[in-house]
Amino acid sequence: MSTALNARPRRTAPRGFAFEPIFRALCFSAAITLLVTLGGVIVALAIGGWPAIAKFGINFVIGATWDPSPDHEVYGAAGPIIGTLITSAAALMMALPVAGGVAFFLVELCPTFLRRPIGTAVELLAGIPSIVYGMWGLFVFAPFFAKYVEAPLMTAAPAGSIWEAVFSGIPNGSGILAASIILAIMILPFMAATLRELLNTVPAAVRESAYGLGATTAEVVMSVTLPYVRRGAIGAVMLGLGRALGETMAVTFIIGNSHGFPKGLFDSGSTIASTIANEFNEASGLQSAALIALGLVLFVITFTVLALARLMLRTQAKG
Amino acid sequence: MALSPPHAAPDISVAQMDKSRVKLDVQNLDFYYGNSHSLKGVSIPFEANAVTALIGPSGCGKSTLLRTLNRMYALYPGHKATGKIMVDGEDILGPGVNLSMLRAKIGMVFQKPTPFPMSIFDNVAFGVRLYEALSKAEMADRVEESLRRAALWDEVKDKLLTSGLGLSGGQQQRLCVARCIAVKPEILLLDEPTSALDPISSAKLEETVTQLKSDYTIVIVTHNLGQAARLSKYTGFMYLGELVEFGETAEMFTKPVTTRASDYITGRFG
Amino acid sequence: MAVSVRHVAMRRLGNVVFVGFCGAVTAIALTALVMILYSLVSQGLAGMNLDIFTKSTPAAGTPGGLINAIVGSIMMSIVGMVIALLIGVLAGTWLAEYAGDSKLGAVVRFLNDVLLSAPSILIGLFVYEMLVFPFKTFSGIAGGVALALLAAPVITRTTEDVLKLQPTALRESGVALGAPVWHVIRTILWRGAANGILTGGLLAFARISGETAPLLFTALNNQFFSWDMRHPMASLPVVIFQDALTPYPDLNKLAWAGALLIAAAVLTVTVVARAFSKESKR
Repeated sequence: MSTALNARPRRTAPRGFAFEPIFRALCFSAAITLLVTLGGVIVALAIGGWPAIAKFGINFVIGATWDPSPDHEVYGAAGPIIGTLITSAAALMMALPVAGGVAFFLVELCPTFLRRPIGTAVELLAGIPSIVYGMWGLFVFAPFFAKYVEAPLMTAAPAGSIWEAVFSGIPNGSGILAASIILAIMILPFMAATLRELLNTVPAAVRESAYGLGATTAEVVMSVTLPYVRRGAIGAVMLGLGRALGETMAVTFIIGNSHGFPKGLFDSGSTIASTIANEFNEASGLQSAALIALGLVLFVITFTVLALARLMLRTQAKG
Repeated sequence: MALSPPHAAPDISVAQMDKSRVKLDVQNLDFYYGNSHSLKGVSIPFEANAVTALIGPSGCGKSTLLRTLNRMYALYPGHKATGKIMVDGEDILGPGVNLSMLRAKIGMVFQKPTPFPMSIFDNVAFGVRLYEALSKAEMADRVEESLRRAALWDEVKDKLLTSGLGLSGGQQQRLCVARCIAVKPEILLLDEPTSALDPISSAKLEETVTQLKSDYTIVIVTHNLGQAARLSKYTGFMYLGELVEFGETAEMFTKPVTTRASDYITGRFG
Repeated sequence: MAVSVRHVAMRRLGNVVFVGFCGAVTAIALTALVMILYSLVSQGLAGMNLDIFTKSTPAAGTPGGLINAIVGSIMMSIVGMVIALLIGVLAGTWLAEYAGDSKLGAVVRFLNDVLLSAPSILIGLFVYEMLVFPFKTFSGIAGGVALALLAAPVITRTTEDVLKLQPTALRESGVALGAPVWHVIRTILWRGAANGILTGGLLAFARISGETAPLLFTALNNQFFSWDMRHPMASLPVVIFQDALTPYPDLNKLAWAGALLIAAAVLTVTVVARAFSKESKR
């Protein structure tokens, strides 16, 4: 036995070392593909949109007339840009307190046996395609909203008062406010799930020592938990904002799709994404360029927001 | 407190060690990464078919020394070793060394058990398949033989095709030993192989090492002085990247020459 | 002393308000989401029938189904996933195994994160410029590529994360046996990370299967059943979008049925993915 054991085997050097640099190069080129894609998005949008940018200059961004009729084509995108910013900001303002409430509820207050099912449900809902939210907005929410919110408020608003202006529009259930609400519902599960995950990263010892000092739940959340995850929370909020800014389907169904400045909460409007979705396939020439330039504007806005969000989440992760 | 002067020549004139019995000879080895100079002029011989223990406080360079012996450091850019490491008369730090063939000759077992995510059989066969095209029967023999030598065969012979991840920590570590010796290396490098194990598993692993030592040149890094005393024929004591003292284990543990080694062995620091 | 009592009372009150608010908004949020699911299920089931799985897009007023859209969606998703897995797993491997702390690695990691949440409609525009405009036709291939570009960043991210969870000693013990690094990655690390990568793949699949915007300008739509990916291709989300916006109740009904199909598929995939990730944590 011992001799057999100690006999040295005949070895040949393993094959495959030649493939080492090739494999490495494959991995590297895949990574570079991602870089090139992002770079390509910017370049393609800039080149495709250039005719419109060159023709209208700054008026492309600040002009309020978007008129594709062939005789006097004018493209000023202030309407969709403002529409995008307003609906996203409004959606964020509505979704944030609710998402925060849900996250705190799940982490601090919820009875243990409900924690998992509700948490799981929230995470699953975050994955529902946005077109479902859009359809629900169009078929279920809009009629309800028109009948029980818009019409009564418009009737109740005293003539000549500021309320009349605020509530002006067509009471058909679609418009700026309705779109914001649907957007808020859509980003809600995502934000709640992200915030919950963040809150769960707070070490139990930190929270328990605060409770140990006699702090109430509200005080623990406000003065211990929240500051602990502050940067990450801002990052999560901005990720939600990024989603809202770029969202197409949940909005297109219900915003009303008109290009002017919305004059009131119930007035119809448009966002950058909804304008592109509605018009791009029928567009050609200058209109097509204008829509691509609009895409570039959306890219710049979302890139800024997302970059800030990621930077903040990253610093949080580092501690 | 009298310290040995820095760069004092360590006592490597071990009269009993016949030069022809040196399997692995480290000569004037320096190791660098980034700005740190973590081995300084280390020279140490390792006798064939004997166990040599490397001891010393954390960060003294003993693991680094071990990782130069199979050139594991080559995995990391910026890590550099200078000097000579002679194995069977060939300098393994020299150019043109085939790292695979080197590592087939020099096996390594790590601090924590590292079973691969595959069956027990495939774990043991993994290294063999790299170098040899064995028939099914030959491979089965090789796996059995390796598991027997690692004292694991009786525990796993009925579940060779189940995942290696399902074994206990001690069994996993012996599986790693089996995987290592299946390639039929001549030198075994053990990097604190029992530090993650409970006392009973540690004792079993030590027993395995004891049974292997007549056939392999073994270098073991350990924090456990008792283990070094039980297993090794020679011991090297390292401190701050230098080999402070080297000699027969029995000698060093009873009559250490340097104050440093004496302090460490008697538990005054470290 | 009186001040202190009042102080405590105020703190209690504050806490009650806070707790009440959290409970209330959770209830409201869950109600809204349950209502959406209820509409989806009830309206979707009402529109469900055998025609949906046997017939193609109808004109208003005639019977028809969604089979062309279902097949189109599946085909484009498969093409998208194959490309995305290839890019994502390799890129994730590069980030985890080769990039280290290098500057380029940090840049790729960061921009991948940005790409991960970039508006999908912009990916659609980009692919239009690259694959539709130059070839002068909308195509299923372009649709698949657009979906791939949405899924790849997700897979890259998860692959990197799960590979980094594998202990360094595992890599080193493969290398210590003399195996080439890429062999170690392929046979040991990928295998160890398989569950995690699979989870990431499923989540990416769930994400792209519901995407509408990027398909509008790439695959467009097709009234007819087709296997040919070189030409325009129908997909569930796009058909839902168009059917929902028509004034015809029968097409609206079809849209609901399609929405239910997609949501059910996405939820199933997500649940399976979660089961896998739980398995791998064990």
